[in-house]
Amino acid sequence: MTAHPTSPQFKDNAHRALADTQLQKALGNVRHNFIEKRASAAGKLPEFEALRDQARDLRDHVLAHLDIYLEAYEAKVLASGGHVHWARTAEEACRIVVDLAKDRGAKSVAKGKSMVSEEIGLNAALERAGIRAVETDLGEYIIQLRGEAPSHIIAPAVHLNQEDVEAEFRRVHTWLPKDRDLHEPEALLAEARAELRAKFLAADIGVTGANFLVAETGTSIIVTNEGNGDLSQVLPRVHVVVASIEKIVPTLEDASGLLRVLARSATGQDMSVYTTLSTGPRRAEDSDGPGEYHVVLIDNGRSNMLGSEFEEMLRCIRCGACMNHCPVYHAVGGHAYGWVYPGPMGAVLTPSLIGVDKAGHLPNASTFCGRCESVCPVRIPLPKLMRHWREREFERHLSPAVARSGLGLWAFFARRPALYRLATSLAMGALSLAGRRKGRFASLPFASGWTQTRDFPAPEGRTFQAQWKARGRRS
Amino acid sequence: MPQVRTPIRVGLFVTCLVDLFRPSVGFAAVKLLEDAGCVVSVPPQTCCGQPAFNSGDRRTAREIAVQVMDAFANVDFIVAPSGSCGGMIARHYPELFNEDPGLSARARAFADKTHELVSFLVDVLGVQGVQASFPHKVAYHDSCSGLRELGVSAQPRRLLGSVEGLSLVEMKDSDVCCGFGGAFAVKYGEISDAIVSVKTANVEEAAPHTLLAGDLGCLMNMAGKLSREGSGVEVRHVAEVLAGLTEAPPIAAARDVGA
Repeated sequence: MTAHPTSPQFKDNAHRALADTQLQKALGNVRHNFIEKRASAAGKLPEFEALRDQARDLRDHVLAHLDIYLEAYEAKVLASGGHVHWARTAEEACRIVVDLAKDRGAKSVAKGKSMVSEEIGLNAALERAGIRAVETDLGEYIIQLRGEAPSHIIAPAVHLNQEDVEAEFRRVHTWLPKDRDLHEPEALLAEARAELRAKFLAADIGVTGANFLVAETGTSIIVTNEGNGDLSQVLPRVHVVVASIEKIVPTLEDASGLLRVLARSATGQDMSVYTTLSTGPRRAEDSDGPGEYHVVLIDNGRSNMLGSEFEEMLRCIRCGACMNHCPVYHAVGGHAYGWVYPGPMGAVLTPSLIGVDKAGHLPNASTFCGRCESVCPVRIPLPKLMRHWREREFERHLSPAVARSGLGLWAFFARRPALYRLATSLAMGALSLAGRRKGRFASLPFASGWTQTRDFPAPEGRTFQAQWKARGRRS
Repeated sequence: MPQVRTPIRVGLFVTCLVDLFRPSVGFAAVKLLEDAGCVVSVPPQTCCGQPAFNSGDRRTAREIAVQVMDAFANVDFIVAPSGSCGGMIARHYPELFNEDPGLSARARAFADKTHELVSFLVDVLGVQGVQASFPHKVAYHDSCSGLRELGVSAQPRRLLGSVEGLSLVEMKDSDVCCGFGGAFAVKYGEISDAIVSVKTANVEEAAPHTLLAGDLGCLMNMAGKLSREGSGVEVRHVAEVLAGLTEAPPIAAARDVGA
């Protein structure tokens, strides 16, 4: 079972988000921090735009040959002593991980940050089987304590302020002294580290995601800033990698090319603090590492996107730059989108994975400002793909009836220039007369979504085309 | 300003919003084009088709695109006082017909002849400056489509720099969306309002006498919000100031109705 989407209630979610002062305060930081850091990092690298082109081309190449690379990757994992499990759906993926855990009598699983594990609802599946899943990324740890989903794909707790975190730690860590000083972020971090350390040591299984899977070597790569991913995969006796099938890259060299755009686009770092490569289980000469190494390769809707108008979405390397630069995300935050993936990438991916009937608002709730596309490290044409969802909705008559009839009426006139000029002359004449004193309308029945909060400028009077004709000018 | 030897025939795509709501912008565009030596015509027109295109109705968008291409068949260039409509024609018409061998070459050629007004003046006609006076502090908002689809950014600032008495102040995040987005502004009015509120706060912080932009949709949104907030900042299309045609009251401002 994947997480239950509230995407159909996007408007209500957004309404609540806009009224949530704590959330709005936290979002204030997103509006600039990520953006300035990315711009600075990209600006320092003269070849950054060329690297984006290469990254796009590489991802396209992989998607065009995905079957070949997946099989090559599988062979290398097997050769290095690991196991590969193929999961068509979220349910299959969860069953594979739960069975692995149950068969080994596992009680506790330490998890590195993984969006695909959120997508498939892995934590809930493990809990149902009586297995404790512990999130070890600081942000994920915080939201797990709060029973929340991530609100951002690389900064899961970005919707929270420091005081929210302090309050949560005081609520949950009741065994610690009540008078401890948690005012500095470092104190919060130290407390989380101390609490997590014991959990790492107790974990029977470590689950991580993968930023990249390297076909050449059978290696999975994760990038983190806290080192929690390393501990999750090295300390427990079993390491399970959960990854969606499009994470493949052909070679280590290719992975390094993508790493050069990933961190810069995400956090503005040249590189994340930790870039960790795992290939198979611990070898005889290794001083540490897991005894078993498993990879669960998850489709869950990806193969349906291949060859469709949404294939370009599979280029995504999950940097979060699109949401960091999105005015709609800035306004409502990630939870409003109602499922795992927020922002522009979520507006394209979510309908692909849970259905446009449930997620139809997401590709519509965009101004098409294009800022997401302008920063995407793999140049996904996100507005174009959102528009393709609107086309699917239109074809399936899923668009709201009012919008359809409004559009239909407009289209009727737009295709009949003579009638259009007559109708608009009359309409603008009347509207202009009504609004002539103030030059604006404080309310208009057909545009209340606008006039509730903004005035609507009145037309000047006669249309341009009518005046042009009256002046006897050239048509 | 370099003299254009043979008159360039420009078809003004006035845009439906300018046609209906602010004809002054259309006349300002005509003046700028004629001052630069162009012969301007205004073929009968309705809309570029973007509302249909962005609502997922490609069939209607295609029908309107063909209508536009027919109407403007006999001009050298199609120029719009809008990056949004200009972008629709220059960037999206080819996409509309990319699976139609009969029309795709025509759509591409038509797209190549289509420009946003201010970038056309600077990039195509080589206009270096304008003869206009506007002794006020102005801020310029970069409308999204013009900026990201057509690269309109330096051109309006350069021409504004030549306006006598005008001082240009850069406001924070001038390149961030104002929240208009066509039907978005009504369908998701609450979110649109949140976005434009950030914009008007940045406008107020820069404290210009007049806010300018190159797209009437964005201007109506920002003017409507500023007006509701009781702001004293005036709002105009950049073409009005560049053409020196600023007799009309600012957008959403009260008018003298004594006559």
